[in-house]
Order: sequence, then C-alpha cells, then structure tokens
Amino acid sequence: MATEHSRSAARLMMAPAVFLLLVWMLVPLTMTLYFSLKRYLPLRGGDLGWVGLDNYVRFVTSSSFWPSVQTTLIIVGGVLLITVVLGVFLALLLDQPMWGQGIVRILVIAPFFVMPTVSALVWKNMLMDPVNGLFAHLWKFFGLAPVEWLSQAPIFSIVLIVSWQWLPFATLILLTAMQSLDSEQLEAAEMDGASPFARFGHIVLPHLGQAITIVILIQTIFLLSIFAEIFVTTQGSFGTRTLTYLIFQRVLESQNVGLGSAGGVYAIILANIVALFLMRIVGKNLDA
Amino acid sequence: MARAVTNQRKTVNTVVAWAIGLLIFFPVLWTVLTSFKTEAEAIADPPLFFFFNWTLENYSVVQERSDYMRYLWNSVVIAGCSTLVGIVVAIPAAWSMAFVPSRRTKDVLLWMLSTKMLPAVGVLYPIYLIFIELGLLDTRVGLVIVMMLINLPIIVWMLYTYFREIPGEILEAARMDGAPLRNEIVYVLTPMAVPGIASTVLLNFILAWNEAFWTLNLTAAKAGPLTAFIASYSSPEGLFYAKLSAASTMAIAPILILGWFSQKQLVRGLTFGAVK
Repeated sequence: MATEHSRSAARLMMAPAVFLLLVWMLVPLTMTLYFSLKRYLPLRGGDLGWVGLDNYVRFVTSSSFWPSVQTTLIIVGGVLLITVVLGVFLALLLDQPMWGQGIVRILVIAPFFVMPTVSALVWKNMLMDPVNGLFAHLWKFFGLAPVEWLSQAPIFSIVLIVSWQWLPFATLILLTAMQSLDSEQLEAAEMDGASPFARFGHIVLPHLGQAITIVILIQTIFLLSIFAEIFVTTQGSFGTRTLTYLIFQRVLESQNVGLGSAGGVYAIILANIVALFLMRIVGKNLDA
Repeated sequence: MARAVTNQRKTVNTVVAWAIGLLIFFPVLWTVLTSFKTEAEAIADPPLFFFFNWTLENYSVVQERSDYMRYLWNSVVIAGCSTLVGIVVAIPAAWSMAFVPSRRTKDVLLWMLSTKMLPAVGVLYPIYLIFIELGLLDTRVGLVIVMMLINLPIIVWMLYTYFREIPGEILEAARMDGAPLRNEIVYVLTPMAVPGIASTVLLNFILAWNEAFWTLNLTAAKAGPLTAFIASYSSPEGLFYAKLSAASTMAIAPILILGWFSQKQLVRGLTFGAVK
C-alpha cells in the first residue's frame, strides 16, 4: 500500500495542476461576479458604482434576452436531434460488414477536425452563397430560385453547419458503444424471429442508452457556447443571436461589462446544470 | 445461399455507407478541389468538378503573403507549447491520482472536469482585462497560457485513464527493489506510459489548433493563429474562393492527417472515460 511518504509526494505532484486550475476558475469567476454587481462601462465613465442585482434584472428584461434564449434552444435542440438520430443510424451502418470500412470511417469523421472558422466560411461562401455557392447552382439546375440561406433561413443554416461539425463526434462515440454490444445476443434474437425493428428497439437502443446520454450532455455543453460559426456567418443578425453571442456583444462590442457579466453568470449557471448530470455519470464510471 | 445473402447485404452496406461518407466529406473535398482552380474556374457556372486546369498558383500566392506564414507559425507555437506545458503539469498530477489514489481523488478529478464546463463567454471580460493589465493581449504567450488552462482538465483526465491501465504490481515490484520514486517514474512508468502520453499530446494539439473562441477574442494581427486568419476572410471584400480554399486546405490538412491517427483517443479524451 501507499506509504505516508508517497502520499505527501503525491499531494506535491498534484499541486501545480490543482493550483493552476483553481486560479483559472476562481479569479475570473470572482471578477465576473464582482462586475455583475456594478454599473461598469469602460468606455463611458468606467466604474459607476454598485447597483446590486440591477444588471441581472435588466439582462433578463431586455428585449433581446428571450429571443436569444429561444435561438439558443432551437440551435442546441436542432443540432442534438440531427446528430443523435443520424449518429445512431451511422453507427449502426458503420458497424455492418462492408468493403473499405476504414476509409468510410475517415470520411465520416473528417468534419470534426476542420477548424470552426474554416467550416463556417466554406459553408457560407462555397456552398450557401446565393450567387456562386454550390447549392445555388443545384437549385438553378432544378429550375428553382436560389435561396439566400443565411438571411432567409439563418437558424436552419447554422444548425446545418454545426450539425455537420458534430455528427462525427456522435457517430464515433455511438460506434464505439455499438462495438461493445454482444453480437451473440443479436443473433439469438434473430434466431428467435425478432424483427429488425424489435432487435433495434429492445437490444440495440437500450445498449446505446448511456452513450446517447453522454453524447447529449457533452454536446450540449459545447453547443451552448458555439461562437465562431455565428461570428463568421451572420454576426448574430437575422435572429441568430444566441445567449453566448449576446453576452459577447454586451461585453466586447457595446462594452457594457456589468450587464454582460450578469449574462455570463446566467450562462455559467445554465452550463453547470447540464454539467451536473454529466458528472454524475462520469463519477459513477470512475467507481466501476 | 447464406453466403450469397451476406455478400449481397455487404454490397448494399458498402454502397450506402460510401454514398453517405462521400456526402459528409463533400464540403472538405470541394474545398480541396477548389484550391487547385483559378479564381474564374472557382465560380464557374455550372461548377467544375474534376476537369479544370489544375494549378498550384493559389498555394504560392497564399504562401507568398508573408502574413500567412506568420499565422501558421502562431498556430504551431500556440498549439504546440500549450500542449507541452499542459503535459508537463498534468503528468505528475495524473500519475499520483492513478497510483496513489486517496479518498479525494475522485472529487478532484470531477472538479477538474467541472472547470472545463465553465462557459468561456462567462469569463470573457475578466480574462480580457487581465490580458490588458499584464500586456498579454495579442501575444502568443498569453494564448499559450489560456489554451493550456482550458485543455488541462482533458489532459489530466486522458493521462489518468491511460495510467490506470498500467498494472500497479509492476510499480510495487520496482518499489520493493528499492528504486527511488524518481527512477520508478523515469525507468518503469514512462516507457509504459508513452503511447498514452502520445495520444494525449495528439488530441490536445488538435483541440488547441482548432480552438476558436479565445483565439478570435484575444488576438489581432500579431499573435493570431490560423483560426483568426481564416475568419478575416469572412469580410465581403476578401472573397477569393480559390485562395480561400487554398488557405483553408493548408489550415486543415495537418489536422485531418493527425485526426486520422487519433480517432480512438477522441472518444476517450472527450467522454472522460465514460464510453470505452
């Protein structure tokens, strides 16, 4: 067993990482809380004193708050729906015997490694541009009028771009989970005459349950803070201002730090609610 | 008979999977193809797929713009240094949690994970302010620090899961033989841990290379990495499809290749060991 000596050595070895993360968490968090209680306009008078919870009230009562919550929910929900449904389908498909499985896997996973600014820009200009984009050519080919994707269907467009980026993640995790499924169980069910749908519903889906939960939780945390995709495409116009983007605008664009910080605290609380569920699963796995 | 059915099914699987795979990969393929076209061909109507005058001109034009090389170098330095510093800080921590676990190990691990869940925008202004005060705004050092900190929880976690797979008996044996702690780490643990460390380096290099919140908000012309360089193309006057494609291809090619090798680590690294 570990001796007293190795215990204190272990504590010492953990110290730098723990210290750095503690500072990284506590200092900015304390500052955000501090600013959120102040009227603080760096370019228009600086620190104008304590205002209590005024910023929190003003942030949620401002006319842009609820639309931004709605946009956030639609984008996160839309992307989750698309990536989980297609991810399950792709995981099932890629788990089947086929020729060139390794290459198909690489093709499917590739989008995840494309940096967000590149994927946003490629989709915006080369695919969705109403004049020169490939979609416009395709629409014209079928005799349809080209769509101005980012102004006529802005939220759909962003959901599409972000789903493209995250589908590989969902697929990869669900595929990994798929591969731990006992194939004998499936064969036995097939032998007993269970239909493909019954096998999917009673064996595959329950087996994937935890992986799906994890995909949803991890993606939610990352999707709540998508930024580059909106920054590059619409800059928050056409109703694509998410909560994250609204806070960014309050803080850096209009330099209303107090108000933006209050928004930041809301964002932190929201992310923590999701994180709590994720941690419970991860924590349970640690014990096992 | 059974074999014929299996083969038929395999064929169907193959066709469907390849069709979907190519569809998903298409935006990347299209970008790469466009990077070899002239600007006129890039916006030709109808679009040209393979039959155009393949040219490397865009690559040399983008290369010649010295600023591209600077952005590229910034990306390499920021992703590379932040990963290395992170690894150096994380190895002792992960080692001690894996081999000398205490009652609090689990809580520490989960707490570290929770810092990763902190939404960046919630602490944007404090970090911005600290950067201004310390003169770190638009410097590579500043970004190395931030990038290291945001990835540190993932690095610790990944290393922890790898280290836990190393059988403890080997360490006990080394300890019995009277090997001091330092030797135990250098000669016994390290060789066994190298594959895990390499995977961790790989995944975190990729994550740092592609990070696009802090890099966009904390840099300008001087320390901006490729994420910021590419974002600067989003202004309407900068629309040159072929050159945009060449720059994009160069920005994503190294990561696509690295990503190829890190498929398995991706699952481990991003699910914190919850999916194996």
